[in-house]
Amino acid sequence: MRFLLSPQQRDFARSLDAMLTAADTPSVIRGDHTARRALWSRIAEAGVFAPAVPEAYEGMGPLPVDLAVAFVELGRHAVPGPVVETVLAAALLAALPEPGPAKRLLPGLAAGETVATVGAPYALDGDAADVVLAVRGGELWLAPGVADVRPSLDPGRRITTPLPGGERISSRVPGHAFDWARLATAAQALGVGLALLDRTVTHVTRRVQFGVPTGSFQAVKHRLADAKTALEFARPLLFGAAVTLAPRDVAAAKAAACEAAYATARTALQLHGAIGYTAEYDLSLWLTKARALRTAWGSPAECRADVLSADVLSAARRA
Amino acid sequence: MDLTHSPADEAFRTEARAWLAAHVPAVPLPSLETEEGFGAHRAWEAELAADRWSVVSWPAAYGGRDAGLLRWLVFEEEYYAAGAPGRVGQNGISLLAPTLFDHGTEEQRARVLPPMATGEVIWAQAWSEPGAGSDLASLTSKAVRTEGGWLVNGQKTWSSRAAFADRAFGLFRSEPRTPKPHQGLTYLMFDLRAPGVTVRPIGRLDGKPAFADIFLDDVFVPDEDVIGEPGQGWRIAMSAAGNERGLTLRSPGRFLAAADRLVELWRGRGSPSQERERVADAVIGARAYQLFAYAAAARFLDGEPIGPESSLNKVFWSEYDIALHETALDLLGRDGELADTDWAEGYVFALAGPIYAGTNEIQRDIVAERLLGLPKGRR
Ligand SMILES: Cc1cc2nc3c(=O)[nH]c(=O)nc-3n(C[C@H](O)[C@H](O)[C@H](O)COP(=O)(O)OP(=O)(O)OC[C@H]3O[C@@H](n4cnc5c(N)ncnc54)[C@H](O)[C@@H]3O)c2cc1C
Repeated sequence: MRFLLSPQQRDFARSLDAMLTAADTPSVIRGDHTARRALWSRIAEAGVFAPAVPEAYEGMGPLPVDLAVAFVELGRHAVPGPVVETVLAAALLAALPEPGPAKRLLPGLAAGETVATVGAPYALDGDAADVVLAVRGGELWLAPGVADVRPSLDPGRRITTPLPGGERISSRVPGHAFDWARLATAAQALGVGLALLDRTVTHVTRRVQFGVPTGSFQAVKHRLADAKTALEFARPLLFGAAVTLAPRDVAAAKAAACEAAYATARTALQLHGAIGYTAEYDLSLWLTKARALRTAWGSPAECRADVLSADVLSAARRA
Repeated sequence: MDLTHSPADEAFRTEARAWLAAHVPAVPLPSLETEEGFGAHRAWEAELAADRWSVVSWPAAYGGRDAGLLRWLVFEEEYYAAGAPGRVGQNGISLLAPTLFDHGTEEQRARVLPPMATGEVIWAQAWSEPGAGSDLASLTSKAVRTEGGWLVNGQKTWSSRAAFADRAFGLFRSEPRTPKPHQGLTYLMFDLRAPGVTVRPIGRLDGKPAFADIFLDDVFVPDEDVIGEPGQGWRIAMSAAGNERGLTLRSPGRFLAAADRLVELWRGRGSPSQERERVADAVIGARAYQLFAYAAAARFLDGEPIGPESSLNKVFWSEYDIALHETALDLLGRDGELADTDWAEGYVFALAGPIYAGTNEIQRDIVAERLLGLPKGRR
C-alpha cells in the first residue's frame, strides 16, 4: 500500500503545467478554432490522451491514474475543447467487442490528430470535432456531424446535437466506459477548483482595503481555508477512484470534486468582488467551468445516488 | 499508486479481526463518561493489552507490536468495524505517549507507558484554564521550585475524563516575567489524587461528567515528572498537539464504521430519498478521510513531518462527525430525540469536535496562514 503519485507522474504534471502556462489558455479560449486546434495537438503530443488509449491502438493505456494527473492540469489551465469526450470516445471504442472501429479511429485520438466527441445526448463542441459518436437507443453510432450549436455558461464550451443517420458501429454501448468520462471530469473539476483557490489567494494577498490586504481578514481566510479543505479531501477520492475504477468510487470522486470546485468558485467570486464578476477578467473562465462540469457526466445528486446504489457496506474491507 | 495492502499487513488484519470477533463484548459497555462505564472501559483496556492490542504502534517493550502507521490504520478499521468500545485511554495514548517518545526520558517511558497501555493508569489532559482556552499561552497556573521538585497552584478546566482518571499532564508558568507568553512554561505530569488536588466533575450537554475542573493547591510534583527542560513546555506540548488534530485522535476506521451503520439505518428506514444525499455524503466523506490518511501515512513513511495539514484534518473530521450524526437523528425521526441511544450519545460527543483540540476557527487560521500563505491578521 503506497498511496502516492510516482515521481514520473509528478514530473508529468509539472511538465504539462509548464507547457500550458506558456500556451496562455485564456487567450486560446478567446481565440479562434485554429488556436484551439494547435493547443489540442500539443496536449496530445504531451501524452494527455495516450493513457486512455490501449497500447494495442498506439496509446499507452489503460492508465487511469496518469489520465487523472493530466486532467487535473487541464482543469487548472481551463483547457477548452471536448477533452473529456475524447477520452470517453476512446474508452467506448476500446471496449467494443468488434475491433474494427477501434483500429480505425483510436490511433488518431491518441496522437491528437482526431478530435472526438460523444453525443449522449449532447455532443460537447461537436462543431470542432472530427469524430462524433452518438449513443442512440442502446446503440453506438458514428454521426455525420452536428447541428444546433448553442453556447454554454462556460465560454470555453459549446453545446451541440449529433445529426441523425451515419454508421452504426455497435449494437451495444459499453456502460463502464462512462466511468472514464466521470473520472476525467472529476479530475478536471479538481484542477479548476485548485486554480480558483490559487488565483484567489493571490488576489486577496494584493488587494488592499482599510489599509491592509483583504486576505488578513479572518472572514476571508476562513472561506479560503474551507475551500482548501474541500479540495484536499476531494483529491484522494479522485486518485483512489483512478486506482480502483470502481463505479462507486468514481461517482464519489465526481460528486466530491465538483462540489468542492463549485464551492470554491462561489468563494472566489465573492472574494474578488466586482472584478470577479466581469467576463474580461480571466477568473470568469474558471468560474463558469466549475458550474458546467458540475452537471457534465452525472450531477452531484446522480453521483450520490450511484454511491448508494452499489453494495456500499464495509468500505474498509474494500480498500 | 497502490491501494492493496501487503500480504503481511493483510495477515495482521486477519489476526486482528479474529481476535476482535472473539473478544468484543456482545452487549455494548455503558457510556465511558459515567463512573460505571469508566470502570468497564478500563477493564476492556486491560483485556486489549493482555494480547497486546491496546497500543499496536508502540514498541514491544512498552506493550505494543511495533506495527507502524499503516498497520495501525488497518487495526483501527477492524476495531471500529467490529463495534468495539470507545477508548478510555485515548488522551494518554494519543497525546502524552507521543510526547514521551519524543521528549521524555528513558526512565519516564519505562515508568509511564506500560501502565498506560494496560489501562491501569488513565491520563487526563490538563491544558485549558478558565482564562486560557483558544489563547492557551495566556495560562496562569504556576509551578514554583521547591526541594526535589515543584509546587503547583492554579486551576485547570474542561479536562476530559478527569472526573475518574488517575493522572494528568499540563503546562504551568514557571517563570513569571517573560517577554512572550509562550516562554517560561513547564510541562509536567501530576497525580490527580495527590494532596492539594480537587477534581470537580462538570456535566456536559447531556449531564454526563465527561470533563472536570482541577483545582491545584500547593501540589508537589517531583522533578522526575517534568517532561523535557523546564521553561520549554510550550514547544514540547505543541509537538503533540499535531498528533491530536492529526490522525491519531480520530482514525478513519471510526468513520468508515459509522458511515456503514448510517447506511444500514437509512436502508432500515426504507431508504427515504430526502436523506439520500446526506447519507451518500457520509459514505463519500468516510472514504475521503480514509484515503487522505493513507496518503498522509505514505508521506510520513517517506520522512515528511505531518505539519499544518493536521489542521485540515481536524476541520474535516469534526464537521463530518456532526453532519453524520445529524443525518442519523433526522432519519430516526421522532426517536431521534431519545437520549439513551448510541446515535444520541455519538451526536452529543460529535458536537464538541469543532471546539476541542483547537477550535475550528483557530484551525482555519492555521490553514489560511501556514498552508495558503495568507498574511497574519489580528488574533
Ligand atoms: C468536550 C470537550 C472536551 C475537552 N477536553 C479538554 C481536555 O481534555 N483538556 C483540556 O485542556 N481542554 C479540553 N477542552 C477545552 C478546549 O480545549 C477548549 O474549549 C478550547 O481550547 C476552546 O477554548 P474555550 O472553550 O475557552 O473557548 P474560547 O477560546 O473562549 O472561544 C470561544 C469561541 O471564540 C472563538 N475564538 C476565540 N479566539 C478566536 C480567534 N482568535 N479567532 C476567531 N475565533 C476565536 C473560538 O473559536 C470559539 O468559537 C475540552 C472541551 C470540550 C468541549
